[in-house]
Amino acid sequence: MKVFRYAFITFIALTILWIDLPGPIPINVGLFGKRIKTEIPLLELNFQLGKSRVIRNFRTQLGLDLRGGSHLVFQTDTSRIDMADLEDALQSTRDIIEQRVNLFGISEPEVRTIKSGNVHRISVDLPGVYNVAQASQLIGQTAQLHFREEAEKLSPDASGSAVFNSLIKETGLTGKDVKKARVDFNNNNGTPQVALAFTPAGAKLFAQITKRNVGKPVGIFLDELLISAPTVQQEIIGGNAVISGNFTTEGAKQLAIAINSGALPVPISLIEQRSIGPSLGAIEVQKSVVAGAIGLGMVMLFMIGYYGRLGVLASVALITYGLINLAIFRAVPIVLTLPGVAGFILSIGMAVDSNILIFERIKEEQRKGKTFEVSIRLGFGRAIDAIKDANLTTMLVAFILFNPLNWEFLPQFGLVRGFALTLGIGVATSLFTGVVITNWLIKVFYKQKK
Amino acid sequence: MINFLKYWRQYATISVIVIGIGLFALVRWGFTYSIDFVGGTNVQYSFDTPIDEPSIREVVGRLQYEIVDMSVEKNEVSMRLTAINEQQEQQLRQELSDYYQSEITIIRSETVGPVIGAETLQKTGIAAIIAIIGILLYVTYAFRNLNFAMAAIVALVHDAVVVVGTYALFSHFLGAQLDTLFVTALLTTMSFSVHDTIVVFDQIRDYRKHYGAGKIEEYANRALTETMVRSLNNSFTIMFMLLALVLLGGSSIRFFALALLVGTITGTYSSPFVATPEAVWFEKMRG
Repeated sequence: MKVFRYAFITFIALTILWIDLPGPIPINVGLFGKRIKTEIPLLELNFQLGKSRVIRNFRTQLGLDLRGGSHLVFQTDTSRIDMADLEDALQSTRDIIEQRVNLFGISEPEVRTIKSGNVHRISVDLPGVYNVAQASQLIGQTAQLHFREEAEKLSPDASGSAVFNSLIKETGLTGKDVKKARVDFNNNNGTPQVALAFTPAGAKLFAQITKRNVGKPVGIFLDELLISAPTVQQEIIGGNAVISGNFTTEGAKQLAIAINSGALPVPISLIEQRSIGPSLGAIEVQKSVVAGAIGLGMVMLFMIGYYGRLGVLASVALITYGLINLAIFRAVPIVLTLPGVAGFILSIGMAVDSNILIFERIKEEQRKGKTFEVSIRLGFGRAIDAIKDANLTTMLVAFILFNPLNWEFLPQFGLVRGFALTLGIGVATSLFTGVVITNWLIKVFYKQKK
Repeated sequence: MINFLKYWRQYATISVIVIGIGLFALVRWGFTYSIDFVGGTNVQYSFDTPIDEPSIREVVGRLQYEIVDMSVEKNEVSMRLTAINEQQEQQLRQELSDYYQSEITIIRSETVGPVIGAETLQKTGIAAIIAIIGILLYVTYAFRNLNFAMAAIVALVHDAVVVVGTYALFSHFLGAQLDTLFVTALLTTMSFSVHDTIVVFDQIRDYRKHYGAGKIEEYANRALTETMVRSLNNSFTIMFMLLALVLLGGSSIRFFALALLVGTITGTYSSPFVATPEAVWFEKMRG
């Protein structure tokens, strides 16, 4: 039985260490005259579980404030939406925004609906995006594609502006008839253009329009903006068309996204934005790591200086605590924000408390003339009540601040939650490491000595 | 055993002085609220060339944006403005970039609408009230003794007032802003205050269990003697971590860490020197 227990503990310990690895570790050793060159890769899960595939890596997830990016909150204007359709309208608005953002090639965006009283908001997190004006434009545009033809009474004119002015008759063909728009490159000169594929109904309509407008221009409008007014050469059957203009690749991409996603069902406006440049985040990460390391070093020096051998054990327990916590952050995963890091650092300071309480009680028992062995047993027993009681209040506050049920009358913003989460996890973990691991270390350490 | 309780007048004097200074600062200068609570725009830009404050003020003035606060350091500027929208922010960047003929790197740009600010203030307030009620209920439950619970609460209020008052000083002299993180620090302080008090009271409870209802002063003094080292050591370790954060950590959490540091110090101080004398007093008065 004992063998199994040790095997299990070793397995858990190795897994935790593996998750915590900062990077792949190269191995280059000579063994029996042969050189072995390989590396320990980072832990990654990739397996089939029933029908779904599990792919997970274990890297530290940094929040927008640490890796840079923008956090946007849009207020929705739901005044013209029926109560019955509200949920649907908000959901599809959310989905369209997500689609637009995804199509624009932003990695790991997060789009959420937030309810606050009877106000609905949509929050959008965009890692790596710093130009808020541009991002907000992309998200909030209400672009709708129209095809217009010349009004019959006006005769075609040579000048461009007249053409534009004459293109006022709606053909009834709109973005809704477009099945898919994508960026394409012109076969002749390689300039970017947007290729449209119509739905069957749209294809029929488009064929009719082109048929009756041979030799005349047809205007393609985005809202009221004329994008292109090609002159029809012949009737186009088959349901494909190309919009060419003076596009940059980026411009063509944006247009394709706009056409694909159509108009937002609910009008939105930006009411809050926070964007943090990448340099600031990197500096703060570095500073936090240094501060954490120096603080930890000071705590360990202090503990060893004051408690001697027991202090060494406490330091080992503390490092174990840090490693377990990091593994939890990576495995859950927990998105680390700057206040989150502060919560973690604070919890390290608090974690030592369990050790100090235990050690002081042990010393107290020893002063009463009990043997070391008995003192340890009694000291632990007496300390645990106080440790439990004392840590519960911290967990209680962390719980309320984290707002796990997402109650709308409590804060729902990231920074406070980040702090509460890491502090709560930290305290919970310290209950475990402070008591179990210290106890275990003392037993192992002192048994061997005897 | 040290007779800690004998010096209760000195403890009371220290508390009154610290709280007095803090309250004076609070009434005299008040707080600067961050954009979290009142809305507004914070921007921080970095330029390729050195910049100067008057020119930037002029450019901003031309756009008719209202500056609340501004600081310039070499080629970096941070400004707080009354809320502008993202298009206006882009325009501001454009104008500044044109003026200095320099690329601008956005270090930080934040805008909070006034509506959101008011809402955040309200929600944070509710969270704080719920947390305080939760702590009170827990304390009452943990001791099953109203006198001890009331003493712990007096200490908790003491610590909260110290942190708020001290922050008013930081706000006036160091430019700290009252934001959501400060409220978080305040609540953490409250939980720590109780945490620390519980350890002392737990010891008194222990003596009562073992030796029966004897003289409360003697138990209290003994408990204080026994727990003092633990209490100090524990606070030292937390203070090491927080000091490292204050001195070396990122600028955006500096005042947060500082508030937590003050909270830790007062939380440690209040357990033996406020909560315990109070508890003894309550026990003797009310029996």
